[in-house]
Amino acid sequence: MAGMFTRFFDGDVWHSFRSSPVAIAAALIAVACLFCACFAEWVAPHNPFDLASLELMDARLPPAWVEGGSGKYLLGTDDQGRDILSALMYGARISLLVGFASVLLSMVLGVGLGLLAGFVGGRVDAFIMRVCDVMLSFPSILIALLIDGVGRALYPNAHDVLAFLVLILAISLSGWVQYARTVRGSTLVERNREYVQAARVIGVRPLRIMRRHVLPNVLGPVLVLATLQVAAAIITEATLSFLGVGVPPTSPSLGTLIRVGNDFLFSGEWWITIWPSAMLVLIALSVNLLGDWLRDALNPRLR
Amino acid sequence: MSNTPLVEVRDLSKTFDVSLPWLNRVLERKGRLFVHAVDGVSFAIERGTTLALVGESGCGKSTVARLLVGLYEPTRGSVSFDGTDAALTLASRDGLALRRRMQMIFQDPYASLNPRWKVQEIVAEPLREHGLVSGAGELRERVGELLRSVGLAASDGEKFPHQFSGGQRQRISIARALATQPEFLVCDEPTSALDVSVQAQVLNLMKDLQRQRGLSYLFISHNLAVVRHVADRVGVMYLGRLVELAPKAELFARPRHPYTRMLLDAIPDIHMSGRSRTPVQGEVPNPLQPPSGCSFHPRCPHANERCKAERPLLRMDGPGVQVACHAVEEGRI
Amino acid sequence: MSSPTSLLEVRHLRVEFPTRRGTLLALDDVSFDIAPGEILGVVGESGAGKSLTGAAIIGLLDPPGRIASGEILLDGRRIDNLPYEQMRRIRGRQIGAIFQDPLTSLNPLYTVGRQLVETITTHLGLGAAQARRRAIELLEETGIPAAGQRIDQYPHQFSGGMRQRVVIALALAANPKLIVADEPTTALDVSIQAQIISLLKRVCREQGAAVMLVTHDMGVIAETCDRVAVMYAGRLAEVGPVAEVIHRPAHPYTAGLMGSIPAMDEDRERLLQIDGSMPRLNAVPPGCAYNPRCPKVFDRCRVERPDLMEVEGTRAACWLHSVQTELVR
Repeated sequence: MAGMFTRFFDGDVWHSFRSSPVAIAAALIAVACLFCACFAEWVAPHNPFDLASLELMDARLPPAWVEGGSGKYLLGTDDQGRDILSALMYGARISLLVGFASVLLSMVLGVGLGLLAGFVGGRVDAFIMRVCDVMLSFPSILIALLIDGVGRALYPNAHDVLAFLVLILAISLSGWVQYARTVRGSTLVERNREYVQAARVIGVRPLRIMRRHVLPNVLGPVLVLATLQVAAAIITEATLSFLGVGVPPTSPSLGTLIRVGNDFLFSGEWWITIWPSAMLVLIALSVNLLGDWLRDALNPRLR
Repeated sequence: MSNTPLVEVRDLSKTFDVSLPWLNRVLERKGRLFVHAVDGVSFAIERGTTLALVGESGCGKSTVARLLVGLYEPTRGSVSFDGTDAALTLASRDGLALRRRMQMIFQDPYASLNPRWKVQEIVAEPLREHGLVSGAGELRERVGELLRSVGLAASDGEKFPHQFSGGQRQRISIARALATQPEFLVCDEPTSALDVSVQAQVLNLMKDLQRQRGLSYLFISHNLAVVRHVADRVGVMYLGRLVELAPKAELFARPRHPYTRMLLDAIPDIHMSGRSRTPVQGEVPNPLQPPSGCSFHPRCPHANERCKAERPLLRMDGPGVQVACHAVEEGRI
Repeated sequence: MSSPTSLLEVRHLRVEFPTRRGTLLALDDVSFDIAPGEILGVVGESGAGKSLTGAAIIGLLDPPGRIASGEILLDGRRIDNLPYEQMRRIRGRQIGAIFQDPLTSLNPLYTVGRQLVETITTHLGLGAAQARRRAIELLEETGIPAAGQRIDQYPHQFSGGMRQRVVIALALAANPKLIVADEPTTALDVSIQAQIISLLKRVCREQGAAVMLVTHDMGVIAETCDRVAVMYAGRLAEVGPVAEVIHRPAHPYTAGLMGSIPAMDEDRERLLQIDGSMPRLNAVPPGCAYNPRCPKVFDRCRVERPDLMEVEGTRAACWLHSVQTELVR
């Protein structure tokens, strides 16, 4: 393990990271958001879900530096007296959770199908690719809406966990195609490489060849894609929540907060919607920039 | 030790379907397209000897190599290993046992080793797959032995392929191929990608190993000088067919087939002996549209009407020499 | 040493590659010259720096590689320090280039004729119709049958050997004085190789162009070149007439190379083997770069780097010959 670490820090990827201020800044921001989201219970100044601690008197307070604001609520409060800053952290947690989980599921599904299509070829490959083509012709939001709608129709009184699962499934099913196609392309290339042929001559079974030889060598682009897709997944989740068909209202994500806050925009209480929007942009942007840098850093090595 | 050849190939053929997808064929009204990469090749390899297959690009020698180790299935014909049909055996439960006895070395030293595996794992894979060792300690020892036998150090097992040069990587490939103690090695242009001085090291190593272990080689190459150094018998291929098969000394001293003569003439003469050379005509034809009859006739100075119409078969023409040429058969050359 | 009639003079060329782990010296004090109409072979194994030498002369070094010091003179004029625009003009007009892979040397989107005509009109200033006639002539000269029709075909419609002929025609289109050919026959079959070699010799003699032929194949050198330069680890090991270098190599590395090549005319049980491998650029030993592998090494070799010195007929960078001359004296 130690050897792996020293090799990583000695390598070109780390050097490229250190020499790119954008990558470092993006990484810092992403890590900060992640930290706040994970440890919201300890980092957040208040708990917005603890009904007992809410004070209706403090409702609709503007941010601390604006006249009328209070130092106790740094970014202001919403119509129920919940601290926006704390709500942001808890909300980010939900968003990131849904984002990462759906990307993970997409990856497993997409990489698995892509490997299968590329390795087996023939009709299996053709079938999987046609499925991909069909799915690509739908906007991902529509797919997510569809699956979400079906889920709700089937289980109208579903409790929260099920609602989350349906949501994660919806987002991952709308995004797996990219992985499948990328991995299929790489698999087609690697399959004809001589080290795979050597394994076949040795007598290794096809499943083992796929898993032990081909998979490690096609994961590079997948990593880049996954980083970029996290941002896309978070935004998709936010969109769905904004439309009201995302996370259940008891666990508001950033999207829910934005929707709720929208109603107050025209009465001048801009902070209730702007801060969640800014947080969403910040997370998506930093993850996107990291993904961009990663793609470029891995590229010369792939050449 | 039985007298049957270790490997016997009879009428081996492989045809690839390179037709356009169905939709294109229907819309563009084109028929199916086939490439006869290997077309009726027959030869035998005696134990402990080296048969070399030479030819230019597109002649099918690499395809023959892959057919022999079971990477492709023959369209026609058979490959027998030690008396039993190889294709049948590989498809059956005894397939793994057969694979233990024949292995392959590839041309590209950079692509034939998995870049993400340590050398230790690469060389150990056949041992693991065939269950030849029990326990990590014995595995490590065996791998160390194998690495030493090809001129590397046991400690090289901890490194990754990219830390080695081309010649060293080819040695690792050889170590991996020897892991199961095979009797037969198929070598697909093993030194073509290497520098001349490294090539010399690898060729010497291969000859030493053959002597020590009684290995039989099928050696594929386009370099006649290398073939001259390693082979006992030489087969010349052109567009998927075997045109001449002879013991090395005979082939180089008295090449019979016009293509063989052309090949030998085309080799740059490093010692500038000033020998006269007939200039070479034309290029290898498109394998999708091979010429009729003898596929060499468009480039052959001795071609006649029969050559354009009838495909010549391999016939004996001297001690151990087989030639597929009407002109040789008719005594015209 | 340069004579006043040299077409190309390379003097003490040093090419560096600054990397984050230090500067790699890829070419270390390389000097040679080519007379007009002469074919000079540059031979060496991978990593010796022969392709880099060609790239430096054409001015196509990949950054961050750069010429650290030394001079390259074409017809008496320095070309290593010219601005890009001037070098570009010289590159097409006075220097022609032939690379290894005919597939990537030609633009697949344009017809062969268009690429030829473009070169001719740019550098020779002929009109379109004249240029086209000249292009057809060139294709015929390089042995392409039915040149009048094939001039309008795309590169993918030619076979490998034919494509390389087109590339040669392209290199000769502007009547250059110098042609730099980097492994022009390596990707071709042996029978086509022979055709291309003889074509190259013929057209270069006819046009009077000098050729710098870079290759790892000694056989090609023996057939084609007048003189040959042997490179090792970024340095010149030996330079001399082809017959001398091949039959009476003065440098142990050249002797080792010749010994490792399997011969067509004799049978040997074992090929001569040079143990070890060429040092990496960041690990070149002090003194003579070949000393760890040399069968005739002695103390001075490990300490002092030899320059090219005269040895009956050729020049070799080896202390053996300075010892001999001292002993003779």
